[in-house]
Amino acid sequence: MTGSPVLILGAGSDMGQAIAHAFAAAGHPIQLAARKAARLGSVRSDMALRHGVEVTLHDFDALDLDSHAEFVDGLPALPEVAVCAVGLMGQQEDNQSDLAQAARVMRSNFEGPASILALLANRFEARGSGALVGISSVAGERGRATNYVYGAAKAGFTAFLSGLRNRLAKTGVHVVTVLPGFVNTAMTEGLDLPAKLTAEPEEVGTAVLRAVQKKKDVIYVRRIWWLIMAIIRNIPEAIFKKLKL
Amino acid sequence: MKLSGWGRFPQQETVVLTPRDEDGLRAILSDAGGAVIARGNGRSYGDSAVGPKATVHMRHFNHMLSFDDEKGQLVAEAGVLLGDVIAAFLPRGWFPMVTPGTKLVTLGGAIAADVHGKNHHIDGSFATCVDWIDVMGPEGHVQRCSREENADLFRWTVGGMGLTGFILRAAIRLRPVESAWIRQTIHAASNLEAAMELFDQNQQATYSVAWIDCLGRGKHLGRSLIMLGEHATLSDLERPRAAKPLDAGHKGKMSVPLDFPGFALNHWTVRAFNTAYYWAGARKSGTQLVDWDTYFYPLDAILRWNRIYGRKGFVQFQCVLPLAQSSAGLTALLQAISDAGAGSFLAVLKRFGAQDSAFSFPMEGYTLALDFPMKSTTLPLMEMLDLITVEHGGRFYLAKDSRMSAHTFRAADDRVPAFAAMRQASGLADHFASAQSERLSL
Repeated sequence: MTGSPVLILGAGSDMGQAIAHAFAAAGHPIQLAARKAARLGSVRSDMALRHGVEVTLHDFDALDLDSHAEFVDGLPALPEVAVCAVGLMGQQEDNQSDLAQAARVMRSNFEGPASILALLANRFEARGSGALVGISSVAGERGRATNYVYGAAKAGFTAFLSGLRNRLAKTGVHVVTVLPGFVNTAMTEGLDLPAKLTAEPEEVGTAVLRAVQKKKDVIYVRRIWWLIMAIIRNIPEAIFKKLKL
Repeated sequence: MKLSGWGRFPQQETVVLTPRDEDGLRAILSDAGGAVIARGNGRSYGDSAVGPKATVHMRHFNHMLSFDDEKGQLVAEAGVLLGDVIAAFLPRGWFPMVTPGTKLVTLGGAIAADVHGKNHHIDGSFATCVDWIDVMGPEGHVQRCSREENADLFRWTVGGMGLTGFILRAAIRLRPVESAWIRQTIHAASNLEAAMELFDQNQQATYSVAWIDCLGRGKHLGRSLIMLGEHATLSDLERPRAAKPLDAGHKGKMSVPLDFPGFALNHWTVRAFNTAYYWAGARKSGTQLVDWDTYFYPLDAILRWNRIYGRKGFVQFQCVLPLAQSSAGLTALLQAISDAGAGSFLAVLKRFGAQDSAFSFPMEGYTLALDFPMKSTTLPLMEMLDLITVEHGGRFYLAKDSRMSAHTFRAADDRVPAFAAMRQASGLADHFASAQSERLSL
């Protein structure tokens, strides 16, 4: 697999870049896709210098669904691995009061990522190989008052990935769902997160690389999140609705 | 939050800002409402990289931008670690021209402190390898400075402890090497005089440094192991190393999992360690091949080694004495430490070559670096060492300092008034300050 190109969708994000570094360090050429990709010039030179691999930049807008097919055709090569780290959390207060903002969050976390991965899935299926990685969220495991708009979109994305995996299981195309838990990125800057539950973006990078290499289906980055989510999923609704989580 | 340097003393309240780009830095300059200081990886020991109110963490400025393999010139952002440079370029046959005793420093920090290495007597300080620096001034304007262009800004920025603006990026030259190995030769010196004689005799060695047992008394005062090093060439290597000369393998890392209790490092344990270390080293006298990581960065293999000093942290002391007064000054310093029974776990002696700079630490002579766990007796001892240093015409390393007085610093270094005046005249003092610069009235 070393030497085959890896596409990072949402390469402007800390997590996308950390995942790109992990694959670049393993010898993969990298295709960085993001809105206004030209702003990632220093990220590109850095990745190429550190790891001695080819790194290319590609304009990509997850919300502009009509552009997706053209985007895929414009890549220097159909990637062997595609990682979707596109996401938008927003503030729950805004998501509640501003329906346009809520729609933007839902489209950024579900519609856009699902659209591009669906397209890539078909190309990969036709080729008979490849891995699709979706960065979803533990927030999608159960809706909570504090971020259910984001959580609902991620829940949709998680279900989409699960279905895609099921569909492609016998075609040689593998699908990985990543539920990172808290990660120290621009998205969570300023939030007061518990250190033991919060991964660095580099940990996510390593975990994703390993999940692709070992063909894992669903991964948490820090194992403790498996336990936390198992508990959260199993709290009876009558109790859950009264909790502040 | 409470923030400190690597010595974990002093801990001071400051707001940590982590801007993501130059606009973010500009916003801080216009909105912070007070002076700030840039912080790299926090490896200066004292309060050099702790802002009086706010501290600007440069971790997002960590990109390598270009490499010219004709000149060996790397252009990189200030937050790139020296260890990242080694990881990327040693496999291609390049190594930093000057490196301090840890690879976990940023390029910005290395420039700001104008760090030195074991080759100072031949290659000078970190400044030697710096071709240019981009610095953001108080108005948010970025200037490129070098020995030719904005030469004054360059002179003050190298060794200027981040007090001349935000160091954004720099061009540094690397050294071509044939292997990842160092040919190390150890000589045992039974006292200070013998150690200094060995430094004199080995001035042609690329790297030289001495570990010194500062609990040695009487005829053992200054008992040391002098360690010389050369980059091993291909002809120095035998198989299997010769097959992969630029790959010395990866060492495991240990971590200090918790603070040692205060009594763990005491007079007796330190004495026992020092004696054992001396005799182990003396037995190993002679030449051997050592991998680059072990040779240059033995402590980096122990993550968070600063915790062995316990929760109260520790204090570093590093001075340089002019050549003519080195023997008398070092004797007096070692005598004072030995009398106090305050053994330093890690004591390092090194001969510097000549250096002409606006505000950097090194000058021709001998430098002595020590560390002491923070106890009630530590600060009075430090003040005594300050006095002895000043009496012998020596000066102090700001990257190590956490407690010196403004008066002592000025008495030791006649360049201070010019540095402080330059900061006032160019409006820097209002925008860039550290807890250290305020303490020292810079």
